[in-house]
Amino acid sequence: MSILAIARMEMLIARRNMWVATSVVLMGLFTAVLTLAGGAPSGTLGVDPLTVAVTSITTLSVYLIPLIGLLLSFDAIAGEAERGTLALSLTYPLSRGEILIGKFMAHLGVLAFAIAVGLGLTAALTIWRFGGADLSFMPLFKLFGTSLALGAAFLGIGYLVSSLVRQTGVASGIVIVIWLVCVVLYDLGLLGALVADDGGTFTKTVFPWLLIANPADAFRMMNMPEVSVAELTSGIAAAGGVSGFVGQLTSLLLWPIAALFLAWIAFRRVEP
Amino acid sequence: MTTLIINNVGKKYGELETVRGVSLKIEAGEKVALLGHNGAGKTTLMRMVLGLTSVSSGTIEVLGATPGSRAARNSIGFLPESVAFHGALTGREQLRHFARLKSASMAMADDLLERVGLTDAADRKIRTYSKGMRQRVGLAQALIGQPKLALLDEPTSGLDPISRHEFYDIVDDLSDGGTAVLLSSHALTELETRTDRIAIMSKGKLLADSTLAALRHRASLPIHVHVTTTSDAADRVAAELGGERVNGRSVSLTCTQNDKVAVLGQISEYGELVKDIDVTPASLEDLYRHYSAHRSEDL
Repeated sequence: MSILAIARMEMLIARRNMWVATSVVLMGLFTAVLTLAGGAPSGTLGVDPLTVAVTSITTLSVYLIPLIGLLLSFDAIAGEAERGTLALSLTYPLSRGEILIGKFMAHLGVLAFAIAVGLGLTAALTIWRFGGADLSFMPLFKLFGTSLALGAAFLGIGYLVSSLVRQTGVASGIVIVIWLVCVVLYDLGLLGALVADDGGTFTKTVFPWLLIANPADAFRMMNMPEVSVAELTSGIAAAGGVSGFVGQLTSLLLWPIAALFLAWIAFRRVEP
Repeated sequence: MTTLIINNVGKKYGELETVRGVSLKIEAGEKVALLGHNGAGKTTLMRMVLGLTSVSSGTIEVLGATPGSRAARNSIGFLPESVAFHGALTGREQLRHFARLKSASMAMADDLLERVGLTDAADRKIRTYSKGMRQRVGLAQALIGQPKLALLDEPTSGLDPISRHEFYDIVDDLSDGGTAVLLSSHALTELETRTDRIAIMSKGKLLADSTLAALRHRASLPIHVHVTTTSDAADRVAAELGGERVNGRSVSLTCTQNDKVAVLGQISEYGELVKDIDVTPASLEDLYRHYSAHRSEDL
């Protein structure tokens, strides 16, 4: 019951702080634009218009969803400690795990709502333009589920940072760096290493692991249409084994759990 | 069962010892005031009772339970010093949230809002509240779920005199219902009449823990007598009583508790010459000064 009470209050705060509105507008706007813009050339190429949309949205989501996740979560513990509301909360009969899960549920709910609105718009716009008869909506559901897992992973990372530092200012700086590293610099680094290695042992043994170790990359691979994955794996010979479907799924499921667990450990050590 | 037992408790932060060998018991329905200057260890002691910070030595029992355990937290109401809430919530939302956490009814949250006089502001955002109003929300949340032990850290700071009076009425009701109350305050005068026992802390040590009367007796501080006389009699009265003439028509003198009645009898013999008498026993402030100065010498 305490978990639900926390979730309920966090949801209320997220609504009042316009986090819900901001996330929904961001996701809705970008997915709508990408669906409309991405659908234009597909007619002549004969590719499923939804596949084109999903591919563009995946590329965007890799940036947007971790960002929203981190922005929702970086304040969760440090902010309360700074405002002085944490000490009072902790004198109530509920555990720190319950507080964390309650917050997680609310923030994941905000993310789920925003993603659902965005992908719902994509589906509606595609049906409106091309008719719904021949479309397979499976990729959309897959995109929804994996987006949520990606968001959950970065929520957990945000809570971890928030528990480790005392000031929200510092926490916000750290999560921006984490975001930059995970979604931009990590891939650049891998690319650089691949070029430098030129098909050597790194490319064959270490690279596949590194590729799925980053939840953002696992998410990207998971939602690429199969043609592109085939191209990717043939281009990089070894990427098929470890970084295949099972590896991607494991990464996306393991990250949220691990991040939340670490956040819980860190939160337990916080003395308000 | 004794509501709160603090037994020889100490708290160390590295080399710094903020609480040293404090023992204190509070029974159900007792109101105990915890006095001490800033940094005396009052807040640290409360935080240890709440389980917010660990105990370095000694033991604390809240109705037989360990501080910080679910059972202990269920029976404690806490009003922190400079209480804060999330500004985006309304008073009612915030209080109902706390009621949910303590498995109390929503009706109780609304009743408490009325009890602390916030009914009209209940549906406004806490962001718009004055400091006194926030303090009232703080008091209301401390009362949720009829706690067996209420810890109130500087509860009347930010309250105007009338609100303070109302606050102590609520505390009286609380203790009448069997709640043990431990409150800290700097406003000494209001504690004199409103608490059963006074505990004085200084530099982490408990220097005194007794009723106000017993503390006065033990300290045997002088009683101040202020006599207003007719204009020509002041010098004579001052000389005979051994007091000091303050201005043209009044005399100030001190005496011990034991001599008080004799001195008053002596004064009444002057008859018409005396216009008025004021007798002031040692105030809590005097006692506080006495105990913290006296005992800190042998620390």
